[in-house]
Amino acid sequence: MPTVLEIRALSKSFPGVQALAGVDLTVERGECHALLGENGAGKSTLIKAVCGFHRADSGTMLLDGATYDPATPHDAMSAGIRVVYQEFNLLSYLSIAENIFFDRLPRNGVFVDYPRLYREAQNVLDRIGLDASPRTPVELLGVAQMQLVEIAKALSADCKVLIFDEPTATLSPKDSGRLFDIIRQLKSEGIGIIYISHHLNEIYEVADRLTVLRNGETIGTRNVDGTTIPEIVKMMVGRSMESEYPFSEDVRPNEKVIFETRNLQFKGSAHKVSFQLHEGELLGISGLVGSRRTETLRALFGADPKIAGEVFIHGERFDIRSPRDAVAAGLSLLTEDRKSQGLILDMPLFQNTTMAALDKASAHGFMDRREERRATEQYVAELSIKTPSIQQLCRNLSGGNQQKAVLAKWLYRDSRIIFFDEPTRGIDVGAKYEIYLLLWDLIAGGKGVLIVSSDLNELMGVCHRILVFSNGKIAGEIARKDFSQEKILGYAYQEYLK
Amino acid sequence: MNKKRLSYLLMGEAGIGIILILLCGVFTVFGRNFATGGNMTNILTQISINTVIAVGMTFVILLGGIDLSVGSVLSLCTILAGLVITNKDMPVWLAISLAILAGLGGGMACGLFNGLVSEIWKIPAFVVTLGMLNMARGAVLLISDSRTIFNFPRSFNVLGSVTFWGVPLIFTFSVVIVFIGYVTLRFTVFGRMIYAIGNNEEAARLSGHNIRFYKVTAYVICGATVGIAAILYMLRLNIASPILGNGFELNAIAAVVIGGTSMSGGKGSPIGTLIGAAIMGVLNNGLLLIGMGDFARQVVTGFIIVLAVVLDTYRAGLSRMLE
Repeated sequence: MPTVLEIRALSKSFPGVQALAGVDLTVERGECHALLGENGAGKSTLIKAVCGFHRADSGTMLLDGATYDPATPHDAMSAGIRVVYQEFNLLSYLSIAENIFFDRLPRNGVFVDYPRLYREAQNVLDRIGLDASPRTPVELLGVAQMQLVEIAKALSADCKVLIFDEPTATLSPKDSGRLFDIIRQLKSEGIGIIYISHHLNEIYEVADRLTVLRNGETIGTRNVDGTTIPEIVKMMVGRSMESEYPFSEDVRPNEKVIFETRNLQFKGSAHKVSFQLHEGELLGISGLVGSRRTETLRALFGADPKIAGEVFIHGERFDIRSPRDAVAAGLSLLTEDRKSQGLILDMPLFQNTTMAALDKASAHGFMDRREERRATEQYVAELSIKTPSIQQLCRNLSGGNQQKAVLAKWLYRDSRIIFFDEPTRGIDVGAKYEIYLLLWDLIAGGKGVLIVSSDLNELMGVCHRILVFSNGKIAGEIARKDFSQEKILGYAYQEYLK
Repeated sequence: MNKKRLSYLLMGEAGIGIILILLCGVFTVFGRNFATGGNMTNILTQISINTVIAVGMTFVILLGGIDLSVGSVLSLCTILAGLVITNKDMPVWLAISLAILAGLGGGMACGLFNGLVSEIWKIPAFVVTLGMLNMARGAVLLISDSRTIFNFPRSFNVLGSVTFWGVPLIFTFSVVIVFIGYVTLRFTVFGRMIYAIGNNEEAARLSGHNIRFYKVTAYVICGATVGIAAILYMLRLNIASPILGNGFELNAIAAVVIGGTSMSGGKGSPIGTLIGAAIMGVLNNGLLLIGMGDFARQVVTGFIIVLAVVLDTYRAGLSRMLE
């Protein structure tokens, strides 16, 4: 097969960081090439260089055999390089057709030629099998359909290379399957595809070859057939991992209940929720998207108002009406969305670290810079946060390091009870393991940890006990010895089947 | 000096400081009598009141808010203080002290109203303070029966024209206010929270902080600076009047914005605001000295405000380039 995109010895550095140090990658026509690596390995920087957001310091790129050096994202687009990002760039009040052709609406004088627009949009939609009228406003679509619109947008122009950045992060298994069908079809049309994902099993579904990056270097390119997951993981982290999850029979939860809620009700909840969390216990919450897992955590933390329900901490009754009450009572909530809720991106790392415990880092109302520095440096070392300095704005940290910054903030608060929503979403294998180890450190220290996760293997791997939510109700409780996917899913669908 | 440090300086107050120095240079060359001691004293006197109000405005704008009521609240504060200070039944020292408290209290009460209403009912500050602008103006005309108050105690009036080596006493007061504002924002827990809320209110709230307290307090602080500015105004002009203060809110906002504070909140400092107020003062004075008429001056000042903000975007770009 002829090569469509060839990258040779591409390098790029930022102040204090060598993001790419001689990366090689070739993508052939009709090939799906998986790009793998931990957070901070250089995947995003590489993609940004290919798409004209960053100019490489050295190295060459060839597109269809001709030198390719995009100065702006627009250059990259007109050369036929398109990206479907994890976060969509759609204008929600405009129609599907308008979104697809937004940058080149067909015109009739000064007016938009709507009949032609809808006709052409329909053609693209047929090509990827999206069954919706091109006149539908995008806001009415579901996540999976919005992604298809993004793909349609990319395909509507002459597209040579299509890059998918974590495409399945927000999709259900069924929609993911459909996405893979579309990718297979695009391959047959001769488009070169770069596929980025943390879910290694997906690679076997769609990819032909894979390339692993580590610390900005190409570790190797392999055919997917004949390469096992442990081999890939070893390439990614540079060492082999014995087990994906740390779990020790030695660390057992105490009998003592440190957190209990009775008859919790909040806006939109149809059922009352009651459960207990023990000292030294890692309790998991499972359930389908929309089963009110996150809403329950937020209501308990006082982030959203609750209608009724009691909360007991160490047997004492607490009235939690705001996050402030919750933190004072010894709770922490690490939200799923760390960029908009967990961190203040335009403030430096050290100011984020002390944000939930300003009382500890201040005296007589004045900030104690020395203590701030000490605490932040301690967590940078303990959590191995990769940053040029503690003054670095959190915006400039990579995804995994941002998650560690959120952890640093709450570890410094040192609460007894920790709610953790999707602790490892969008995080690579190596950093995942570090976070699991940390959770185990916490419970070994007598804290109680509650995690909400969409990843069943993760919950079964690290938790002592799992509560399964179904449509706002705790449909079942499963002890570790009885863990099985069937059981969890059985409970998860229970309330929807009635 | 390394590049990083230079870019940091350009992003901070030094960048606007350069513009101020350039302006002074231009007027020294083209304006007769610009660079004289007497004229400098003049400029410092003229910018004092705007500077004090603009420091309070900086707190509010850093939170992503706005206070349009400062002009008419200032007028209200002068009348409250003026009624007390002209009371002949008290010893002079007591009358002056109570007058200062009346001015401060009036300003803080208006700020408290602004803050509470916009926080409790989640009404945009723009609307609440626009309402306060009208309420305070109406109230001051009612209270004063639309009359100007003068005949303040002599000992009070003389303070307004005191200077030390050419630096007016009232400007010294305003520098103290800038300094207090700077220390509060940069070194205290309160200041940290103002920046945090201005940058990302939800993340600050979920970190377990009482957002409402900080936001309301910022409006009260703004009101307090208006009260202080009212007393300085009385020192300078020796009158209290129900019709003064029109357009002060716009001058204060302009000083804050020229000083590099972001209108969407989270970024800026009172030092920048002081320089912003100085740029406006120098422009007004310098343009007059090179013989420009009132109307033309207004056109140029307005243009400079826009230009300063445009330059600010380049400054950010330049500093990023140097990084």
